[in-house]
Amino acid sequence: MSISIEQRRQHRLMTIEKSLAKRHRKENAFRRMGLMAVITGMTLVAILFVSILMRGVPAFWQATFYTDVYFDPDIIQLEPKPERESGESQFAFDERYSQWLTRAGLVNWQTLIDNALEEALGEEVEPRQLRDLRALVTSGERYALRDRFVEDPSLLGQTIELKMLASANVDVWIKGNIDRDLPDARQQLSAQTREWADRLEEQGVIRNAFSTSLFLNTDSRSSLASAGLAGAFMGSLFMMVVVIALSVPLGVSSAIYLEEFAPKNRLTDLIEININNLAAVPSIVFGLLGASIFIGYLRLPLSAPLVGGLVLTLMTLPTIIIATRASLRSIPPSIRQAALGIGASRVQTVFHHVLPLALPGILTGSILGVAQALGETAPLLLIGMNAFVANVPGTPLEQSTALPVQIYLWQGNELRNFFEARTSAAIIVLLGLMLSLNALAIWLRKKFETRW
Amino acid sequence: MSNLALIATLLVMMALAYHLGLTRSRAMAAEHDVRMHSRPGYYGVLVALWCGLPALAIFLLWSFLAPQMIDMLVTQQLPTDLVAGLSDRELQTFLRRVTALAEGRGVAGGGSPEELAAAAHMARLQTIENFSLVALMAVLVVVGLIVARRRISPNWRARNQVERVIMIALAASSAVAIFTTIGIVLSMLGEALKFFSFISPIEFFFGTTWNPRFSTSGASNQGEFGLLPLLWGTMMVSTIALLVAIPVGLMTAIYMAEYAPPWLRNVAKPVIEILAGIPTIVYGFFALIVVGPFLSSIGDLIGINIRTTSALTAGLVMGIMIIPFVSSLSDDIITQVPKSLRDGALGLGATKSETIRQVVLPAALPGIVGAFLLAASRAIGETMIVVLAAGNNPVLHANPFEAVSTITVTIVNQLTGDMDFASPQSLVAFALGLTLFVITLGLNVIALVVVRKYRQQYE
Repeated sequence: MSISIEQRRQHRLMTIEKSLAKRHRKENAFRRMGLMAVITGMTLVAILFVSILMRGVPAFWQATFYTDVYFDPDIIQLEPKPERESGESQFAFDERYSQWLTRAGLVNWQTLIDNALEEALGEEVEPRQLRDLRALVTSGERYALRDRFVEDPSLLGQTIELKMLASANVDVWIKGNIDRDLPDARQQLSAQTREWADRLEEQGVIRNAFSTSLFLNTDSRSSLASAGLAGAFMGSLFMMVVVIALSVPLGVSSAIYLEEFAPKNRLTDLIEININNLAAVPSIVFGLLGASIFIGYLRLPLSAPLVGGLVLTLMTLPTIIIATRASLRSIPPSIRQAALGIGASRVQTVFHHVLPLALPGILTGSILGVAQALGETAPLLLIGMNAFVANVPGTPLEQSTALPVQIYLWQGNELRNFFEARTSAAIIVLLGLMLSLNALAIWLRKKFETRW
Repeated sequence: MSNLALIATLLVMMALAYHLGLTRSRAMAAEHDVRMHSRPGYYGVLVALWCGLPALAIFLLWSFLAPQMIDMLVTQQLPTDLVAGLSDRELQTFLRRVTALAEGRGVAGGGSPEELAAAAHMARLQTIENFSLVALMAVLVVVGLIVARRRISPNWRARNQVERVIMIALAASSAVAIFTTIGIVLSMLGEALKFFSFISPIEFFFGTTWNPRFSTSGASNQGEFGLLPLLWGTMMVSTIALLVAIPVGLMTAIYMAEYAPPWLRNVAKPVIEILAGIPTIVYGFFALIVVGPFLSSIGDLIGINIRTTSALTAGLVMGIMIIPFVSSLSDDIITQVPKSLRDGALGLGATKSETIRQVVLPAALPGIVGAFLLAASRAIGETMIVVLAAGNNPVLHANPFEAVSTITVTIVNQLTGDMDFASPQSLVAFALGLTLFVITLGLNVIALVVVRKYRQQYE
């Protein structure tokens, strides 16, 4: 007895019917997996940003003393600042002035701060407690006081209200970034200093003020609380100038040649493969190249933004070439044909018609390449840009660090409680710069996007 | 005259030449009432090029050769017994001190009488050199200007010549990429060969102990340079990273390409692309400060000892870093699969997920594999995350919860600090770099070939 065709069809329909629910369940599960993946990605972005912001934003404000400082003539025993006399040679004056500066440097400026703090505390501090007292204000402030006086000697004998940064440890203590219940042996500050800090905070002498030192100072080893990003920022700026000046013209012209003029032969094939490969070479390899060629062979100075800029140029070149080529390729052939048709030469066609139309895409690609270069760290470590530099570099040949390298240096600082926040703040600055560059690129793309 | 001022003057002269060419060709056209071959601007540019290019070429050649010439002349002038007593290296140091003295910068310890004499000689030579360079350039500029200006005539094909120069410049700049690659290969090969003169390649590639010691401890105390622990660490971290990035990245790409409503696509795509723009040092810090302690406390909860800086921490964060890379590459490839394939499957009654799994993904597989290979090469070459979060422990072990060390970390460790290009401790960085370059190059080439094959299939 055979099953009729009708029965077989019925059977098949039923199997499909039965499996349908399961298949739909699978469909939903798959779809949910996809959604989960997207949500995971977005959550990770959120966690990263929130955790950095939470740590970094408070570091933009620092514990700061607002005290009256008396420029005591008994302590500052200095003759008036020398003026240039008539008939005196520039050289003689310079000599006299630098002698005066030396003597000004020898003045015990710390005592002025000590006295001001005693005043604020309203008690005599015994000599043996002087160490505890001096732990309150960061050590860089005495030089700031000297510089202020050298700038304006009429301060002698006056009392003015000054802002002075609290030391890093006091900042940590006041902000509660260290466990207040730790035993004395494990605290960074002595019991006396902590007590004073709390009292002064209650009195309003120590306030949380916006930290300009983060932006205006250079890195510092002795006065940690006033370590800032100015040097690193200038270093990064010099490097970016070098990168923009070299990699954009080189990259764009190389892309124009490859896309518009190059004959299709093995050599151009080779160049093309080569550029694609360079784009995927690890950045640290470019650092090795820089160390061996620029430093080892050409004997360019270590730690110089010029060398860093050169290395980053070589690194961003492929990115810019690839972006420019894509942008040139998206210009329809009709534009070229029209220009050629009315008698323009090939060079004229490209430079007068194709290039202006491709410009937004080229700009976007270049900005993204430069942003990438701005955040790069590894190759810079190999050409000595991780050296400690206490000056703002004035030329691209002076020693310098860069923003990402400064982040690397700060995260390794032993005073974890303080530098964790400060590193996060530096990261916020770097991310702010990079994201605004990226946003600019996206905006440009949106604004000039043309559909052919 | 400083180089900067020299170049600036040259540029001013070129601008002047441009103007002269422009006005001359205009005047000629008006005067003789003829049609010039090219538009006036081209004559201007051509005159400027005639005026500037030879001088520029001489300048570049000169600044490349002159210091070496001067060094040579100064060395010849030195007392022979002094030169004989110096090794090559000491001679270099001597010359550098002399250069510093000649340029008016001081040197440590003042300077011996010989050094001072040599410095005076060098300063004299430098003055002569500088003066003759300026004179030569001035002559070239003026001659070029006069010759070019004289040649302006209605038949002079200025546009064609200018365009030829432009073409040469364009071609030259596309050669920079080639030179970069050659530079990478040669520099690393050269230094790596120097390294292999200390340590045999067999010892390096198959050694299982990494213990380089310090370069200061002397030649008798040679360290051990075994690559395998580092290679193992690299593989471990990258594998963990890929285990994180591939599922998340691929599923994101599928969802974005096939399911997501346009509004979600518009929001989620840029957000995930932000992940791609974040510098790796930031990921490293994130790993060190947030992820490491988090994993470690989870380990405490379930009774496993997870170190804060471990292969797991570094791999996990590196995975997060590669997610956007995987997802954007796969997204491109999935959207390239022709619609007809999808329509066919859907028409036969397959559900959407069945279409994706059984039709779209197999069709896109070569491209996706290529994307994975590129992601792997990126993971292997990543530096800052592992420097901060992997713990630097170059030992062969299979525990992902322990610290490891990778090739990139070791390059950084060996080459920061004092840079001495003569000790195996520094030179090993180049051997490691070469290994890294070869590995990533291999992965990239395979990936590119695979992706290219796939593209041709559907074009």
